[in-house]
Amino acid sequence: MVRVTGSFSYDGQRLFEGIDFTLEPGAWTCLLGPSGVGKSTLLRLLAGLETHGTFDGRIEAGDGDALTGRVAYMAQSDLLMPWLDVTGNVTLGARLRGQLPDMARARDLIAAVGLEPHRHKYPRALSGGMRQRAALARTLMEDKPFVFLDEPFSALDARTRAEMQELAFGLLAGRTVLLVTHDPAEAARLGERIAILDETGLREFPAGKSKPPRPADARATLDLQARLLKDLRRAHAA
Amino acid sequence: MNRTLWIAASAAFAIGLWQSIVTLTGVPHFILPAPLTVLNTLISSRELIAQHALVTMTEVVLGLIAGSALGFATALHLMSSPAARRLLMPVMVFSQAVPVFALAPVLTLWLGYGIWSKIVMTILIIYFPVTSNFLDGLRRTEPGYLDLARTMQASPRQMLWRIRVPAALPAFGSGLKLAAVYAPIGAVIGEWVGASNGLGYLMLLANGRMKIDLMFAALFVLAVFTIAVHALVSMLADWMTRRATGSAVN
Repeated sequence: MVRVTGSFSYDGQRLFEGIDFTLEPGAWTCLLGPSGVGKSTLLRLLAGLETHGTFDGRIEAGDGDALTGRVAYMAQSDLLMPWLDVTGNVTLGARLRGQLPDMARARDLIAAVGLEPHRHKYPRALSGGMRQRAALARTLMEDKPFVFLDEPFSALDARTRAEMQELAFGLLAGRTVLLVTHDPAEAARLGERIAILDETGLREFPAGKSKPPRPADARATLDLQARLLKDLRRAHAA
Repeated sequence: MNRTLWIAASAAFAIGLWQSIVTLTGVPHFILPAPLTVLNTLISSRELIAQHALVTMTEVVLGLIAGSALGFATALHLMSSPAARRLLMPVMVFSQAVPVFALAPVLTLWLGYGIWSKIVMTILIIYFPVTSNFLDGLRRTEPGYLDLARTMQASPRQMLWRIRVPAALPAFGSGLKLAAVYAPIGAVIGEWVGASNGLGYLMLLANGRMKIDLMFAALFVLAVFTIAVHALVSMLADWMTRRATGSAVN
């Protein structure tokens, strides 16, 4: 479990105040909200990345240890190094730590995301979807208990996005995942828990009992999506 | 092929213009020699010119290599040490306010009339553009790459060598391209101030003896050499850019 409590200000302005946000172990938590309310900032705080603001609060892991070194991170941009091929990108983490990468494992993971025939290609030669697959393999290669995803599928076309959501959900099973998204449809499909962050603060939203990844066309998923959107808009209008 | 044709046409135009100025104005040959006179001198004095050109080329190539290596190392050091950056950057910027011409006599005084004062002059003139271009590139690394590297627990050293340096290679290449154009200027200034060899010396000598055709021939060789160095360095810089953007192999 990871719990973050506190307030965050940027340039003297409060971005969010008095929040209390928990990630359940081994589950996908979706943090849904409009742009500019601090979703990514919250993720960056958890991931130990620079936020250029002031955080006044606590981040605690259930086991009392720091999160540093136990986090894998995936962003909206694939962040593949253009000078490395797919294999080089997937094994980047080990090299950056000065270790020898486990090449057999890298090969298995590249195959698991369906890039086996492309493992020696450079990012330029790959489509957007293939690049995000490579980024997913790189994230899995890190083999970390906490995986923080910052809108990794939002730049993909609808079909590729749906495929990537299912692939990522399957391959990241068992890990504690935080998915930041502005898309109610994505939260409805993938969230075992859903939290909404907007101008009014942070609140839990009942995600329903069915297990993700929920079929995009199921009535229950569409219904959840509609309720999420309604909730977002009502808070905005109020 | 098309490009070569255009370059040939452009050269023909320039030579034609030059010849017509000489013919139409009747300017004396010791003020502006005709292109054909220069060509004749270039052929008849080829050994003399080649001998001096070799000296200048050695100065330029050695200065270019040493200056680029020094610029590369300095930028890396300034990148990894913010204290050094704050301490040295103002000094470096100030040093650029000193005209290189003004330094040439001092360098000759310190290092003598030989090849070293010219090499140091060349290094001085290219050191700053290489350093500042590369440092700019190193500092402007895509922040997302650095975020990713941080979550991967990269050491500062690995972050520099595996992320910042490859990402900054195109910027280093731009610095090298500038250096290739500046380097011959440094060497020739050095030769003007005090030398017994080199194209700059030969031009000064020819000028003093009213052998303007020889001066033009030497100038022509210098220009061709500069273009050749620039072309070679551009190829290297373009290769680095292709490497950094992953388009070299695909």
